[in-house]
Amino acid sequence: MADTLQFDLVSPERKLASLEANAVEIPGSEGDFTAMPDHAPFLTTLRPGLLKVKAGSEVSEYVVTGGFVEVSGTSTSVLAEQAVPKGEMTREIYDAMLAEAEEATVGAEGIIKDLADKHLADTRALQDFLSL
Amino acid sequence: MPNLKDLKTRIESVKSTRKITKAMQMVSAAKLRRAQDAAEAGRPYADRMNVVMGNLSAAAAGSETAPKLLAGTGQDQTHLLVVATAERGLCGGFNSSIVKLARLKIQELEAMGKTVKILTVGKKGREQLRRDHLKKMIGHIDLSEVKRIGYNNASDVAKDIMARFDGGEFDVATIFFNRFESVISQIPTAQQLIPADFETEEGAERPFYTYEPGEEEILADLLPRALTTQVFTALLENGASEQGARMSAMDNATRNAGEMIEKLTIQYNRSRQAAITNELIEIISGAEAL
Repeated sequence: MADTLQFDLVSPERKLASLEANAVEIPGSEGDFTAMPDHAPFLTTLRPGLLKVKAGSEVSEYVVTGGFVEVSGTSTSVLAEQAVPKGEMTREIYDAMLAEAEEATVGAEGIIKDLADKHLADTRALQDFLSL
Repeated sequence: MPNLKDLKTRIESVKSTRKITKAMQMVSAAKLRRAQDAAEAGRPYADRMNVVMGNLSAAAAGSETAPKLLAGTGQDQTHLLVVATAERGLCGGFNSSIVKLARLKIQELEAMGKTVKILTVGKKGREQLRRDHLKKMIGHIDLSEVKRIGYNNASDVAKDIMARFDGGEFDVATIFFNRFESVISQIPTAQQLIPADFETEEGAERPFYTYEPGEEEILADLLPRALTTQVFTALLENGASEQGARMSAMDNATRNAGEMIEKLTIQYNRSRQAAITNELIEIISGAEAL
């Protein structure tokens, strides 16, 4: 059994990371989970949260929001609408995220409204994990 | 024959034109590189998005509860054409070729008795279409303040389109843009946005995924993002194409100016020679008469 998997983190504007990782902690919309080598094929949407990548003794963290994750036995691809390394996260970026989440809940209906409400709640919860 | 002074001013003016076009060419070359890099950086995301959406939509296509963005409204009476052009001119046939393709499509649709609405992105397309399709134009998105196309710009365009779709303003949306092939070739392209159309690889092996939440929820969540991604890709391709087109147009202009300067210089020298000869003849015949 291989003990690493190919991890890719891409946003629409650039590729943020592409490396061999041992484990990836992902904030899925239905709950957090950790992808490790030989994980069952899995596809889920992301909620705003922290993504942790462990490669050897190195751990890198990213703030991600919107998008989805595709996990297979050998690789994990995260497609996030917005992804920022935790170190580069600023108050301004967070406020913009929050404003956008709030805006999305206005006038939405049905399933879209549910999604938008959840998104907003998750974005608010994210604040506790960031020391801004 | 124009006199010497006129020729000289003309040569000077063509020379400064050449300087300007040369500078523009070099600026475009630099911008082209950046635009190409941006287009390339966006590709992995767009590709993966396409594959996943292809899988998901193939599964959902048959179901009655498929989201409207994917299944359409069930009719195709009203068409929205999103015409994405540049904000600036002086880039050869770049803007005209997009507009030409859009015009053809309008004619074709109108011949079939459909209603056409136009949404323009970029000033140049609006100017060209305004002449004979003013009544069909329902909106314009201005990107002239934007230096570098970002995902949020695409998101604004996509939101505008989706809001209109939700408002029942149209049934089918198509975006027109130039696909960047190389510096000398940009291909005007029409791509259908709504109902969403994803290229799926036939017969490609699809891993059996566990979906969380259900496939339908994922689809509902991802469709707007996929649409935005398509718009974003189109805008990036357009950006690279614009710079490529401008670069080759300016290269041509610089070369033409060079040729013109050569011609004018020869003419100038001939006239000067003729003037000198004339003066000499006058002096000599004056001396002989004495």
